[in-house]
Amino acid sequence: MAERYELRFSGAGGQGLITAGIILAEAASIIEGRHAVQSQSYGPEARGGASKSEVIIGDEPIDYPKATVVDACLAMTQEAADKYAVGIKDGGVLLVDSDFVKNPPQGNYKVYSLPIMRTAKVDVGREIVANVIALGAMIALTGVVKRESGEQAVLAKVPEAFKDLNKKAYSLGFDKMKEVLAG
Amino acid sequence: MAKKIALLQGNEACAQGALYAGCNFFGGYPITPSTEIAEVMAGELPKIGGKFIQMEDEIGAIASIIGASLAGSKVLTASSGPGISLKQELIGYACIAEVPCVIINVMRGGPSTGMPTGPGQSDVMQARWGTHGDHAAIALCPASCQEIFTETVRAFNLAEKYRMPVQVLYDEIVGHMRERIVFPEPGELEVIDRPAPSVPPEKYKPFDTSFGDVPPLAAYGSDYRFHVTGLNKAEDGFPTTKAELVDAEERRQIRKVECPEARADIESNEEYLIDDAEVVVLAYGSTSRSARYAVNELREQGIKAGMFRPITLWPFPEKRVAQIGEQVKAIVVPEMNLGQMIFEVERVVKNSCKLAGVHRVDGDPLTPSQIIDQVKEVL
Repeated sequence: MAERYELRFSGAGGQGLITAGIILAEAASIIEGRHAVQSQSYGPEARGGASKSEVIIGDEPIDYPKATVVDACLAMTQEAADKYAVGIKDGGVLLVDSDFVKNPPQGNYKVYSLPIMRTAKVDVGREIVANVIALGAMIALTGVVKRESGEQAVLAKVPEAFKDLNKKAYSLGFDKMKEVLAG
Repeated sequence: MAKKIALLQGNEACAQGALYAGCNFFGGYPITPSTEIAEVMAGELPKIGGKFIQMEDEIGAIASIIGASLAGSKVLTASSGPGISLKQELIGYACIAEVPCVIINVMRGGPSTGMPTGPGQSDVMQARWGTHGDHAAIALCPASCQEIFTETVRAFNLAEKYRMPVQVLYDEIVGHMRERIVFPEPGELEVIDRPAPSVPPEKYKPFDTSFGDVPPLAAYGSDYRFHVTGLNKAEDGFPTTKAELVDAEERRQIRKVECPEARADIESNEEYLIDDAEVVVLAYGSTSRSARYAVNELREQGIKAGMFRPITLWPFPEKRVAQIGEQVKAIVVPEMNLGQMIFEVERVVKNSCKLAGVHRVDGDPLTPSQIIDQVKEVL
């Protein structure tokens, strides 16, 4: 079977996680020339409450476009963690926002935590970049695309005036995750 | 120069394909899950001197594209189940009046309002028989964002070439997911425009069969004046009840799509690992993506599985499917409906092999494992 790597970004509607998924899919398929499919929760499911975005990445064309067994999952809220941190494969990874997910669901996967929203608020000064911090962290955690590819995709997505802000956010997310991984 | 590439939603790819094909008129009415097509057309058409009109409802939308097409435009409307139901009367009108137009149906659950945000494949028979009366139908069913682009271009080509409505059906899954699109260069894909009349206005008859089964269509607003009606008509476009004229017209309108030359031109299929297959999964649209996954997994388990994917749903590729029926032990038909194309397969393969469906209508996609289970059961 063709190798596929499945990621799920989940959180509250409006946190920018669908955008984070789109940016990751662009990094993989436009910048690195691999194959990616991005999909998202839609309709009533996407209005408030928990929402999710899924990205499947592979070196061959992706057939089934939805997640089968998730390799890596992000949960920004407790509700999202409870609803979407299911179907993570054995040996997979779950990253949660340490301030908002007090009880990460347990399974045969590793759970990591980072204060993502707090980093956005305190270190960058803008909560709106939490999704870019999360994206940087997920790329650091999984290595699914190169650090530079992720950054390039982020910068291609944002208006000129916000490039520095997003570059800082992406780097913070990436570096903080690397620190956690280094123990 | 490197080609333009982008990560696009299926619906965005559809609109880009329409623009590539030269679409210059969109008449629509928004409905989930098709609305992004209208959004892109509303943004892009004014930039190229085209027209976007949001009509009062879906019936007005198809009426507007029929009128615009008769005036010489290349036209598009897009909707979903409930809207497509409303359009049926005028789809029939476009059939009998022989008006080129492209209709996109981004399928959701049904009947009626059903499940607006969930995917479905339950409109495939409607695409064939939704409007009343004997008529031919062309319906295309892409399975990826790139293919939505190219099949939308092909839909315009077929509409112009055969002078009739062409439907493109795909479901919410492919409509809303994002994949990389490589934009074809201008000229890379064939773009067909309807042939102009070769006779002067005073000699023009809108249904002059001396030019073949697809008579050239003049544009309203030009020097050519002609009558258009939903009634059976003679060569001059005026109504007739003469038995031999009505019979000839009805038969011609079906023959222009179903004669062997037209079928060879219109039919399009993908075959995957069929040559030595003992079981074939016949799947279309997004479900074929689950089927391909299932076939690969079955092969790894030593089961000789293959996939047949009609990209043109109508006319149905009956000859090839009948051949496959002779070759294999079983055909499995997964559909996000409770059984529609499977009856067409049954009609064609008769009793030459076993036949089993896999059906799902709960708003979740058919999974590879559902298909794998059914293949194993039927063998």
